[in-house]
Amino acid sequence: MVTEQLTQARAALASAGMRIRWRSPIRGPWLTSVFGLVLLCALPVVIVTGLLDWVAYGSGAIPADVGALHLPRFDWPTRPAWLFRLTQGLHVGLGIVLVPVVLAKLWSVIPKLFTKPDRNLLKLAERGTLVLLVGGILFEIVTGLLNIQYDYVFGFSFYAAHYAGAWVFIAGFVLHVALKLPTMVRSLRSRSLRTELRTPLAATVPEPPDEGGLVAPDPDPPTMSRRGALALVGGGVALLAGLTVGQTLDGPLRGTALLLPRGRTAPGDFPVNRTFVASGISPDAVGAGWSLDLGAVRLTRDELAALPQHTADLPIACVEGWSTQQTWSGVRLRDLAALAGVPEPAGATVRSVEEGPFARAPLTAGQVLDPDSLLALRVNGSDLTPDHGYPARVIVPALPGVHCTKWVAAIGFSR
Amino acid sequence: MSAVRMLGVLACVALAGWAATIIVRDPTLHPSIVPMLVWFAGALLLHDLVLFPLYAAADRVLALLPATRVPLVNHVRIPLLGAGLTLLLYLPGIIRQGEPVVLGASGLGQEPFLARWLWLVLAMTAVSALVWVVRVTRRSAAGG
Repeated sequence: MVTEQLTQARAALASAGMRIRWRSPIRGPWLTSVFGLVLLCALPVVIVTGLLDWVAYGSGAIPADVGALHLPRFDWPTRPAWLFRLTQGLHVGLGIVLVPVVLAKLWSVIPKLFTKPDRNLLKLAERGTLVLLVGGILFEIVTGLLNIQYDYVFGFSFYAAHYAGAWVFIAGFVLHVALKLPTMVRSLRSRSLRTELRTPLAATVPEPPDEGGLVAPDPDPPTMSRRGALALVGGGVALLAGLTVGQTLDGPLRGTALLLPRGRTAPGDFPVNRTFVASGISPDAVGAGWSLDLGAVRLTRDELAALPQHTADLPIACVEGWSTQQTWSGVRLRDLAALAGVPEPAGATVRSVEEGPFARAPLTAGQVLDPDSLLALRVNGSDLTPDHGYPARVIVPALPGVHCTKWVAAIGFSR
Repeated sequence: MSAVRMLGVLACVALAGWAATIIVRDPTLHPSIVPMLVWFAGALLLHDLVLFPLYAAADRVLALLPATRVPLVNHVRIPLLGAGLTLLLYLPGIIRQGEPVVLGASGLGQEPFLARWLWLVLAMTAVSALVWVVRVTRRSAAGG
């Protein structure tokens, strides 16, 4: 009885599926393959820069325990100083600008979603993995976009979800590329891009019927040429690029990131990733009684200011993709290490007055010893403001911004 | 050949399952497992069964536009897609969702984003309309 109902339901579904008349005359394997090629070239960059971000966090990476699912660990370098600015800017920036390409690619293959399931077990299984591919990329896009806009409506750990989701997507992506690469190459060769770019609307005709069933058997007349569709998607990419790049620029151009939180800064200031008020630190804790705990010694702010000062132009780059370059001055971390009696440290742990998940940041030996690695007291010629970490903050070349600890309470240099 | 492909499918599923262990091995993440799965499936279903039908239906409505010598369809479609794309991506700022966190992170709120988005949509619409008028004028100049 149940089987009978199931068969009927399936037949109804199948006939309903067949009743959808796909109208677009430009949908077809060539167009799909163009979108596919763009994603094939760009998504590996998003994937690798994302996985590099995990490495950049060093032993402070979240999620901490990922088994073997990570790039080979290496000490994140301090040079070039813009390294993290570049990798994370690319990860977030490319991730945003590829959204129209992903949506166009999904549009181009959507008739397949409504085709009857194959009876062949292998094909059925391959189709099932598309859940990992499409679900994976949409999950990464949604969680990533919400994170850079500080909207934690999903209520779970962004880091863990985005990291695990990335590997789910990678699984689907690698298999999809392996299975579809020959089809993509064949389809791209079936038409000349140069000819398509010269074909106006009036001369636009559907691609020949394909075995994948993307080409509509009974389409509407065209309202857009193939080059028009490519220009439309390219225009979407350009629009989003124009609305994103500003969050990595200083000066008036930052404002071009019109709709992103990091397109805005208070007048005369540069962005922070946490305000003093939000840190929950009592003003007394960073007032006149504050001193830096180096283990063997404690230094007041006046004592720190009396030590040799060094100035460096260094970027702060955040995991959310925004970055800014400023002129910092303060005491070299390696000088502090020598004062603490550990002139050749194996690493360091910086502790903030603030409590919370990023209140402790690990530094490697290379990060402590870089001549531009500072415990900064001043920025752009003035004392740090409370929002920028007064009385003292860490600034290390190429270190993720959140590990450039503000409101430093203690630095422990390990032997 | 099909044995190799089956191996590929199994490897893919195994890797995805392995990825899931990142969540499973951390007991503090266990309460998040169901919400994560819901968001994963939700993203997929919302795209396939809500977003796609919605924009496909909106596109059908464009077929009802009056026939003009220079067709209106793309001059409506393109700013509409631009508005939809930016709304989709920047929704949290536009509807001011998560404002306390934005404020804590940046010291600034979300108040300008709705107006900025509306201006952006207006600008895209105006440019599209202007291009249409130029095309109409050029066609009548050329065709008499």
